[in-house]
Amino acid sequence: MAAIEARGITKRFDGGGGAAVDGIDLASTDGEFLVLLGPSGCGKTTLLRMIGGLEPPTAGDILIGGRVVTDLPPRARHIAMVFQSYALYPHMTVFNNIAFPLQAAKLPKETQKQKVGWASGILGIDHLLDRKPRQLSGGQRQRVALARALVREPNVFLLDEPLSNLDAQRRASARDELQQFQRRVGTTTLYVTHDQVEAMGMGDRIAVMDQGRIRQVGTPLEIYDDPADTFVATFLGSPPMNLIPDGASGLLFGFRPEHFVPASDATGDDAVRFPFHVHRTEYLGAERLLYGAVGETRTIARFPANADLPIHVGATSEFAVRRRDLKRFDRETGLRRDQIRGIG
Amino acid sequence: MAAPVYRASLPDANELARERRRARLRRFGGRSVLYSAASFFTLFAALPFAWMLLTVFKQNADLYDPNHNPFLYNSPPTLDNVRLLFEQTQYATFIRNTVFVSVFVVVITLVATVPAAYSLTRLAGRWGESLGIAIFLVYLIPPTLLFIPLSRVVAELGVRNSWWAMVVVYPSFTIPFCTWLLMGFFKSIPWDIEEQAMIDGYSRLGAIWRTVLPVSIPGLLTVVVFSLALTLHEFVYALAFVTSSAEKTISIGVTTELIRGDVYFWQSLMAAAAIVAIPVAILYNLFLDRFIAGFTLGAVKG
Amino acid sequence: MSTSAQVVPVAAGVDRRRYWLDREGVLGPLLLLPTVVYIIALVGFPLVLAVLYSVSDATVGDQSLDFVGLRNFRAAIGDGTFRVALRNTVAFTLVSQLIVMLLANLLALVLSADFHGKRLVRFLVMLPWTTPVALGVLGWLWTLDNVYSPIDYAFRQMGLLGPSIGPLRVDNPVSDVVRWLGLGSVFGTGSNVLWLAQPALAQLSVLLVHVWRTLPLATVILLAGLTAIPQDVKDAANVDGAGFFRQLFYIRIPLLLPIMAVAFLYGIVFTFTDMTIPFILTNRGGPVDSTQVLASWAFIKGIEGGSLGEGAAVAIFLFPVMAGVAALMLRLARRTETS
Repeated sequence: MAAIEARGITKRFDGGGGAAVDGIDLASTDGEFLVLLGPSGCGKTTLLRMIGGLEPPTAGDILIGGRVVTDLPPRARHIAMVFQSYALYPHMTVFNNIAFPLQAAKLPKETQKQKVGWASGILGIDHLLDRKPRQLSGGQRQRVALARALVREPNVFLLDEPLSNLDAQRRASARDELQQFQRRVGTTTLYVTHDQVEAMGMGDRIAVMDQGRIRQVGTPLEIYDDPADTFVATFLGSPPMNLIPDGASGLLFGFRPEHFVPASDATGDDAVRFPFHVHRTEYLGAERLLYGAVGETRTIARFPANADLPIHVGATSEFAVRRRDLKRFDRETGLRRDQIRGIG
Repeated sequence: MAAPVYRASLPDANELARERRRARLRRFGGRSVLYSAASFFTLFAALPFAWMLLTVFKQNADLYDPNHNPFLYNSPPTLDNVRLLFEQTQYATFIRNTVFVSVFVVVITLVATVPAAYSLTRLAGRWGESLGIAIFLVYLIPPTLLFIPLSRVVAELGVRNSWWAMVVVYPSFTIPFCTWLLMGFFKSIPWDIEEQAMIDGYSRLGAIWRTVLPVSIPGLLTVVVFSLALTLHEFVYALAFVTSSAEKTISIGVTTELIRGDVYFWQSLMAAAAIVAIPVAILYNLFLDRFIAGFTLGAVKG
Repeated sequence: MSTSAQVVPVAAGVDRRRYWLDREGVLGPLLLLPTVVYIIALVGFPLVLAVLYSVSDATVGDQSLDFVGLRNFRAAIGDGTFRVALRNTVAFTLVSQLIVMLLANLLALVLSADFHGKRLVRFLVMLPWTTPVALGVLGWLWTLDNVYSPIDYAFRQMGLLGPSIGPLRVDNPVSDVVRWLGLGSVFGTGSNVLWLAQPALAQLSVLLVHVWRTLPLATVILLAGLTAIPQDVKDAANVDGAGFFRQLFYIRIPLLLPIMAVAFLYGIVFTFTDMTIPFILTNRGGPVDSTQVLASWAFIKGIEGGSLGEGAAVAIFLFPVMAGVAALMLRLARRTETS
């Protein structure tokens, strides 16, 4: 097993303006489940493809297991990758799909059979081995792709949005299965997604990317509670963190909607108060959102649905945030101005 | 001033009935025009072929009498003319030569176009498409512009006056055309599959061989069909480079050898043409949409 | 789980030179090489040679290239037949392609409708393009025969021609109507039209066969364009109450214009550079060179006459049109790329 490391990785595509990946340094630990999270076009897939050897970097180095592999083709890196489309070979049976990497390694037929049996057993697809990919459901295809990745016992798993082709229901259970599966085999995994729920739920650590750069690396808790800048603060969390300009300090005050409560509930003097004008309320079953404004700035507050609130639409009331839930950002650069835990 | 209000009133029952009658009449008129037009175009396109087929089975006494209705068999049909074609002319030789030329041209075309089309769609980056169009335009350079210098090239290669000349020269137009056709195919195959194969431990060439080629079999078939069709269609180079009858292919053999002299054996001649023309047309027709997709340079999507 | 892969070393002491074929910068050009070599050797080089020949005195007997300036061009232009060939080439191309554009639009309309036997009609209508051109023209040669043409027979029966040997006067309802219309024997009082024996009619025949040959190509290109018109545009027009002709002139034709240009350009390429039709149909450009075209004249001069220089000079005249068409084609391709 092996850790992955990117050193100063940069990628410029010919003809296409700026850098898709702009000098990234990132290292996983051995056996870690590391998630690359970011909006589409942020460069996360490009970074993954460079680690897989499918795209040559313009500058920088890729290390797997401590060795530089930058100029090696994919097949010399002993990695496995699961594509968004699963990229099953349409002209082969499931068995041959899974055995394909073993054929490449020229393993004896008997060993191939044994290993395919083992991998398909782990993923519960033993009964599908004679089918062609087009006869499988989305979930089954995903398992075949995982079995094919697993069968060669690679140094590293690279997963490119492997759940995005599943419907919402199936996705939730697949998330759970995938994480358990990774824990069991213990292979270092780099997982690309734009879905914050997947990232928060599965990652040991998350690296948030935007515009070719890494904005923050940390555990899900650190990223959510202590965003390093306004991008991370608003990209994670739904609804996102409120950002309110503070006239006196020239900073942006940031706080999560669930930390924005009526002043009467915020006891003690460590609370910062804001006048909150409520425009509209929204019931979402388990929770309730209040849409409104603090001064000119759109602001959202979140409560459990059963909370008893003396709030009227159209009225302005005193709300407050506890001082330790209040984050301060630079208005120009968007960077945090107070102490942060767990930066990269 | 208020804008004028336009409101369509709902038609009453009488109006509806009238509309319905009118629509039926219009439909009937449209159908008649449609069927007449279809008949006219079919007659125009198929006339020479119909006459060709009718002629093949006619006896001399029937055919060569201007007072006989040419569209009927005034004497019973016969196969003598076809027999004559195979037994007393070099038609069989022409067919044999055509088969040899076709096989070689198809193989050369495949060997050259598959790697080229792959390279242009996958490896050449943003230059691939432009280079592909440039190569396609080479196909439009007409044989009539090139046959004089090529006759020298053919002579230098020592294949003048032999069907090998066609084997050498024909790929110069099948390759550009089929490269472009095949590029369209490769573009429609997702990159994932071959990248997965490379991740799975194969080299780029291994990935092409094991994943790209098996899923592009329809594309390869199209290349085979069109290099075959273009070979069978070609006339000018064959005419320019081959003069001895034992080396001729069908399209020049039939038109130069069988109508030499004053005596035309029209029935056998037409048989010679029809035997080749009809199968080629059927084959071509099956792949016509692919052909047009290539020809329109992507000006038509879908 | 088994543990074998855990010890697979990553890049441990690999010989990186082993992977040179995996480099895109190496493999790309390498795969392209056979095609490029073929095109350079058998199209590029001959094209240059064609230009060199046209300014040299090369013949089949003496192939050495001695520069003679524009002598071949002067000789070619000075030749009356060349001027006829040039005029014919331009006229055949333009007239036939204008007719083809008109007919192709009609035929595409027919083929885009649904009717019984459409597949068969489509197959038959495509025959002129899908069969080898030499064999199709051979069919026409026999169809337009001076004595046994079935068209002549039909004309005789309709009273459009004079009678053949036998009954002096054809009498049937159709010929009565023809005579009543004053069209009796409009094609002459002889028993045959002699399509290929008189210069004007021979030219008409060549033109006709050009139309016949390129109509299917233009039609399928237009059909492809028609199917690319989004269904919702047609639906919207229908709902808005646009009738057949309004839809034709305000929706189909404007949306089809670019693709019509493509069809027109291909038609020009294939008719302008053709020599097969006059070569077979009118026995190498006859009668008395009245259907000679540039391509066939270049063949007769250069290949049959053995005067490589003069033949090449004649063929060079095809080049400007080709270049122009190629340039327009590129512009069209680029426009569709950006839109």
